[in-house]
Amino acid sequence: MIFFEFINNQLLKMQWLYDLVEILVVKVFGLEMGSRLGGSIHFFLYDVVKIFILLSVLIFSISWIQSFFPPERTRKILGRHKGISANLLGALLGTVTPFCSCSSIPLFIGFTGAGLPIGVTFSFLISSPLVDLASVILLASIFNWRIALAYVVVGLVLAVVGGTVISRARMESYVEPFVYTTSIGEAGQETLTMQDRLSFSRNQVLDIIKRVWLYILIGVGIGAVIHNWIPEEVVTAILGQDKWYSVLVATLVGVPMYADIFGTLPIAEALVYKGAGLGTVLAFMMGVTALSLPSLIMLKRVVKPRLLGLFFGVVTLGIVLIGYLFNGFSWLFL
Amino acid sequence: MKIKVLGPGCKNCENLADNTKAALKELGLEAEIEKVTDFGEIAGYGILSTPGLVIDDKVVSSGKVLKPKDIVKLLTK
Repeated sequence: MIFFEFINNQLLKMQWLYDLVEILVVKVFGLEMGSRLGGSIHFFLYDVVKIFILLSVLIFSISWIQSFFPPERTRKILGRHKGISANLLGALLGTVTPFCSCSSIPLFIGFTGAGLPIGVTFSFLISSPLVDLASVILLASIFNWRIALAYVVVGLVLAVVGGTVISRARMESYVEPFVYTTSIGEAGQETLTMQDRLSFSRNQVLDIIKRVWLYILIGVGIGAVIHNWIPEEVVTAILGQDKWYSVLVATLVGVPMYADIFGTLPIAEALVYKGAGLGTVLAFMMGVTALSLPSLIMLKRVVKPRLLGLFFGVVTLGIVLIGYLFNGFSWLFL
Repeated sequence: MKIKVLGPGCKNCENLADNTKAALKELGLEAEIEKVTDFGEIAGYGILSTPGLVIDDKVVSSGKVLKPKDIVKLLTK
């Protein structure tokens, strides 16, 4: 147990880094840890370095795993199952299948055209941006494992329920007809060598860092400001867990935003530290990641407004409910 | 040789097209690069993630932004 604590503290929470930056701030810059400037600089440096290190290691190892689950394989696996277990599999595979939001359309057409029920495809589309292996581990690093695990479970539940609701709503007629009539080619599956996987994983790390570094800096910057400059009373007044409106505010702000989840984590960390409800903050994070304007715009090209609206509504409602749930039960996690 | 880059026009597809041009230049080859953005057509090739690269109507890669040297390898096969 002590060994696990050690691993948790040094590898995930990087206590050594915290102490190192503290030495830098106090001894080299000559600032007090308790002061606003000292505290912010410490938060900024520690969080930026921590996130980049974790990001690189995580993306590399997770891309490795993901190289075993190309979408073509996912489609084959899903084709063999029916009903809720298909939705559940869709949700689970969504977490390990790599794809960028611009791939959501070919994926949607490829899955649906091949005969997979749209509910299953939507379970996949909901869980994919929401439950991302890398961000789960980052959550564990910033908060703790209980929260990370709970986030995975509720994310999957939301994906399964969302997909099932969409199946039950019998919305097949709301998919653009060309999706069903497109003849789906069978692109051959390449077998990857160890070398292929290594270079794929390495390129994923570089690509993703190139894409998100600015979001991370901005996110940590905002987090540092919240951590040291915004008074606790302001945060709890708007986002406290006992305020009935806090989850709604968080969701309303998060949903239209487009930012990478890695950038939202330091903001979430700082908000919780300042007394925001756990559920409120999770609702914010889920809002930012599950629904992104770019992917909605893309989806609109293959799905008619009513179905798009249902998808949007179900996911948003789910996020709000989850937010309230976590606020109500946060004593279990924190 | 006819080359097609499949994708809706996001940055990845642009990069793949640029890398392909660079690979062709390195090999001193001339080829027409067509950008396919219509989803129906893209799905017809059977790829599930963009960007995709098609050489002489055969899909050689999907879901990856290949570096010029990888494209060179594919072109010289």
